Amino acid sequence: MAVITAPAPAGHKAPASPAGGRRSRKLRDNLTGHTFLIGAVLCFALFMWYPMIRGLVMSFQRTRRGETTWVGWDNYIRIIDDPSFWIAWKNTFYFTALALVLGFAVPFFVAILLNEFRHAKGYLRILVYLPVMLPPASALFLFKFYAYDPSEAGLFNAILTALNLPTSEWMQSPTMTMPAMVLASTWMNMGSAVLIYLAALQNIPGELYEAAELDGAGIWKRIWNVTIPQTRLILALLAMLQIVATMQLFIEPLILANGAGTQDSATSVAYLIYQHGFFQNDLNGAAALGMIMLVVLAAFSAVYVRLSTKED
Amino acid sequence: MAQDSGTRTLVSQSQLRRGRGRAIYWTLLAVVVVGFTLVFLGPLYWMVTGALKSGQEIAQTPPSLFPKDPQVQNYVDAWNNLKLAKLLFNTFYYAAGAVLFQLVFDTAAAYSLSKLRPVLGNVILGLMLATLMIPAMVLIVPQYVTVIDLPILHINLLDSPFSIWLPLVANAFNIFLLKRFFDSIPEDLMAAAFVDGATPLRTLWSIILPMSRPILGVVAIFSVTAVWKDFLWPKLVMPSPETRTVSVGIYAFAGGTPMNVVIAASVIAAIPTVIIFLIFQRNIMSGLTAGSLKG
Repeated sequence: MAVITAPAPAGHKAPASPAGGRRSRKLRDNLTGHTFLIGAVLCFALFMWYPMIRGLVMSFQRTRRGETTWVGWDNYIRIIDDPSFWIAWKNTFYFTALALVLGFAVPFFVAILLNEFRHAKGYLRILVYLPVMLPPASALFLFKFYAYDPSEAGLFNAILTALNLPTSEWMQSPTMTMPAMVLASTWMNMGSAVLIYLAALQNIPGELYEAAELDGAGIWKRIWNVTIPQTRLILALLAMLQIVATMQLFIEPLILANGAGTQDSATSVAYLIYQHGFFQNDLNGAAALGMIMLVVLAAFSAVYVRLSTKED
Repeated sequence: MAQDSGTRTLVSQSQLRRGRGRAIYWTLLAVVVVGFTLVFLGPLYWMVTGALKSGQEIAQTPPSLFPKDPQVQNYVDAWNNLKLAKLLFNTFYYAAGAVLFQLVFDTAAAYSLSKLRPVLGNVILGLMLATLMIPAMVLIVPQYVTVIDLPILHINLLDSPFSIWLPLVANAFNIFLLKRFFDSIPEDLMAAAFVDGATPLRTLWSIILPMSRPILGVVAIFSVTAVWKDFLWPKLVMPSPETRTVSVGIYAFAGGTPMNVVIAASVIAAIPTVIIFLIFQRNIMSGLTAGSLKG
């Protein structure tokens, strides 16, 4: 009975036992375990692990008229030589930075505010999360056709006119393209960050605020000295996740800016991958660009891990 | 006293109940409720009513708050011209299959990794979790190349629902979520079942799964919304008009269709996820925080 109650931890070698029955039982248990795993493992192998290797291999090959040859760094050189490569990175970093200012700080302060309310809590949460549930294509058509209509009939321009402020050309102006995309993206996505922060805020022990208040700390001091340090880990984690997500900016330029946008102001790295792979018939170049993106994001993650372990 | 401090937040309760604090609290609450309604519900109102306006009315300045002469025809046109019934059916079909495949394979895998723990289980788990580090855009090209010509089998999965279902099974986050839940189920229960002669499958079915309903619900809901919201992958692997999802279908028609009809179609496409959200909002919100907080 004792044999059955404690399944050996994985990787633990069965003690060499003279009893053959025990060994065959162990074998059978392992077999059962792997049978349960097989479906998921096959899917991971086919659609995750193999494509990862395939992408790396493809980036050093070139397929012309059905013939595949090794070309060394040629794909990388071709991709980097393309002037839109640098424009795409510049745009992507700009979007990421803007989205970090707006999409990172705003949800945190919204969560702090919501956490203070004793009324209408459920309603406010539903409101904030509602846009997250919309299909992004639906929400972006709303922004494209109604909100960012460059004439005065557009929603935003009508509001600006009513407030006696100058109207904007939105997606038709190269300087407004990025802020407009960040605004739409933040509206669509901030709900999940708000809810995660709210959960984190609820874990802060009330005594800490109590003590800070007794020491004479005002509201801002309490946020700075209690709230932020107490939620530091989750803040850092979400910042990291957001950077990785925003660097893959794709559907916003595709729908709002028809891809490249006015004077290439919307081209993103992910859009360039899509362009190379599926319009310019250059899957190898797209794979190389994907690898460059992987390296850049991995570098960000490494910096993040370094910073977050140093502080602990 | 100790109980009081449990619910204490940034500003103390007693401060909010007294004169000035109370006035500020209620003013702020009113401002936030009105502001949030305008910011988050306003655009949706604009979308639903805008699609009811005529082409002339939508172009007038200043825009009208209510449609003067509601054109239900825009919604009818959207439904008929874009063949929305077919597109919605496709999306439902992909979503239902995704739920089924994910629940069967991911639950089985998580159960094995948590309770059966076969040799190399931890290595496999590690390799699965490692895929969380790879941005989706990096894999899009090699995944596409794989789907059009599966290795060894040499099958082309374009326009086949399996090209949506199977890659979704490779979801490390689901397996992580399920495994962590199964880990919290006491080992004694498993042992008792084994003593009674139950097979691992029987134990999973009659003991583990009934206890795991909340987490299975979360996985199912997230799987439906993921299929509903996804855009680029279905756009690539479902190229023919008959197999498109609703988002891709609207995008494909957006170029040559009047703006109000596109918006009407967008409204219809958003209705299912909004309904799912309103019904299951508690599960969704708890799932969201369960996955990320201690992860």
